Amino acid sequence: MITAERKPLEEIIASVKPFQRILLVGCNECVTVCAAGGRKEVGLLASALQMHFMTEGKTINIKEITLERQCDPEYVEELSVHMDQADAVLSMACGCGVQEIARRYKEKPVLPAVNTKFMGASERQGVWAERCQGCGDCLLGLTGGICPIARCSKRLLNGPCGGSTTGKCEISPEVDCVWQLIWDRLKALGMEDRYEDIMPAKNWQTGRGGGPRKIIREDLVE
Amino acid sequence: MEQFEPVVVAFCCHYCAYTAADMAGSKRLPYPANVNIVRVPCSGKVDAIHLMKAFEKGADGVYVAGCLEGDCHFKNGNTQVARRVAYIKKLLDEIGIGGERLEMFYMSAGMGERFARVATEMTEKIRSLGPNPTKSALNKNRGEAVA
Repeated sequence: MITAERKPLEEIIASVKPFQRILLVGCNECVTVCAAGGRKEVGLLASALQMHFMTEGKTINIKEITLERQCDPEYVEELSVHMDQADAVLSMACGCGVQEIARRYKEKPVLPAVNTKFMGASERQGVWAERCQGCGDCLLGLTGGICPIARCSKRLLNGPCGGSTTGKCEISPEVDCVWQLIWDRLKALGMEDRYEDIMPAKNWQTGRGGGPRKIIREDLVE
Repeated sequence: MEQFEPVVVAFCCHYCAYTAADMAGSKRLPYPANVNIVRVPCSGKVDAIHLMKAFEKGADGVYVAGCLEGDCHFKNGNTQVARRVAYIKKLLDEIGIGGERLEMFYMSAGMGERFARVATEMTEKIRSLGPNPTKSALNKNRGEAVA
């Protein structure tokens, strides 16, 4: 999922200060799973903002809505009936959702309430870790299902580097050396000989390095 | 000038804290009438939003009382809510309400004295902290007297 974390309260408060009526929009997908911007978090943020402004002697009007997703126009359209009663939109979705709302409702200021972090997975309850960098040319089949692009600090394709120590990366003792993980996995799979296959320099053009990307499915476009 | 009477909300689990409150009553142990008890089946039923809404609606102090650690009737509801209480304490600090207005307590069903003492100490702490900072706005905008 796309992971995110709620922005510090003081930053959100500063951004909504000029507005009297806020439409606070959550998202039922990724940010719900990582407990950053789902229905529950919308409720908490609305209550927190309301109480903060009350301590300053003001009440603001906050309407809470959680869409199924904010990255599809059909769902974003559901906000249209509420737009007249809002001065600004505060979105708890990832950057994709915030932009889709801004694209559809061009005359309303749209503010982000979360910082979008990375594509990741749950390691265990309450812990999410980066897993995919969207390089556009997946090589997971060659590395035993563990990604060196996302998880190696240097994105090495023929790791590890000399900084790998007791299975940890030199940048921090809390970061696993992914090439150690890959080697262990290849051994478990009985595929150690694959380790010695040299991976040539990666064509990074398939990734963000080649510019903003688009996927067009001709069979689906109307 | 009237003395400020705090409004304190206590979420008490049915099996331990609420029964402790009952024990305090049976033993005629006095505790302040400022404490408003909300009985829940398990302290773990109390969600973060319940704590926030209690303050939003004018409570000056809130506490959650659950079973002793390791003794939750539903295994670990008390530890789950303790984490939520810690989270909301931080949030309350960030918005200017103050996390010290929210606490977590543990007690067993037989601890009538502990219930009474917690209720008294929490009420006095909240009394010294003063009214919920949101209240002046509530009063101004609604023109109502605060209970």
